[in-house]
Amino acid sequence: MDARSESEPSAMKNLTTVERKSEREIVVTRTFNAPARLVFEAWTKPELFQRWWVPKSMGMSLLSCEMDVRVGGRYRFEFAHGDSQMAFFGTYKEVTPNSRLVWTNDESDGGALSTVTFEERGGKTLLVYHELYPSKEALDANAGMENAMAETFAQLDELLVTLGASVGRS
Amino acid sequence: MVQYTQARFDASFAALSDATRRGVLEQLGRADASITDLAEKFRMTLTGIKKHVGVLEQAGLVTTQKVGRVRTCKLGPRRLDEEAAWIERYQQLWGARFDELDQVVEELKRKEKIDGRKK
Repeated sequence: MDARSESEPSAMKNLTTVERKSEREIVVTRTFNAPARLVFEAWTKPELFQRWWVPKSMGMSLLSCEMDVRVGGRYRFEFAHGDSQMAFFGTYKEVTPNSRLVWTNDESDGGALSTVTFEERGGKTLLVYHELYPSKEALDANAGMENAMAETFAQLDELLVTLGASVGRS
Repeated sequence: MVQYTQARFDASFAALSDATRRGVLEQLGRADASITDLAEKFRMTLTGIKKHVGVLEQAGLVTTQKVGRVRTCKLGPRRLDEEAAWIERYQQLWGARFDELDQVVEELKRKEKIDGRKK
């Protein structure tokens, strides 16, 4: 199934697709109706980046956002989630303006290597975000920000797993 | 390879956002039940429980079958294993992020147009 939305009319919201490419990799794709340089700008300027990286639906707030977007430069994001605080940090490994960024996620041992590419086609940009984990276990445990959402969805997961098990038995 | 759409996630999440509906699913996980059984169990009117079962049915979490005068409910074909649930959580996060990034990018685009006109 190819759920990419390039052929959809531009008035419609473009689809975000998530694929687990292998035991250690996950890929997220999305098309934006804008040239690559604008999407790149929104990804690399802290004042723009912090407006979308923490979606309102997550119930988290960003306390600080430092980004030194150049090869060897570091980033650090600090969040508040209820009473707890957490920090995400790492180093930019590759920076190719308007086209490609690679960075490490150093807040845990199992942190992924993240790559995002921006590919312009006819004024639109295909964004491909790729995470490569050191092991299958690290991906499964997914020590990134996604865990912050786990709390909200833990109950749902539990219920769905229970349901799956009981349907499987029947 | 697994791909899940936002719409599918939204339907099941909405269905599961209600304590009664989660209770109904738990109950049906143990045994099939009629609408009347469920109404008694959850101390609701038939109309009330039918509404909840309807939402679960729409999301594919429950199926119902009428035999004679009794409508029997059972768990639906929709199931998620752990990986699917994980992927959906991921989908939820990135979908939300990219929808907001879209707005930022649209704003940059508009700004560029205005600046372009000034020149």
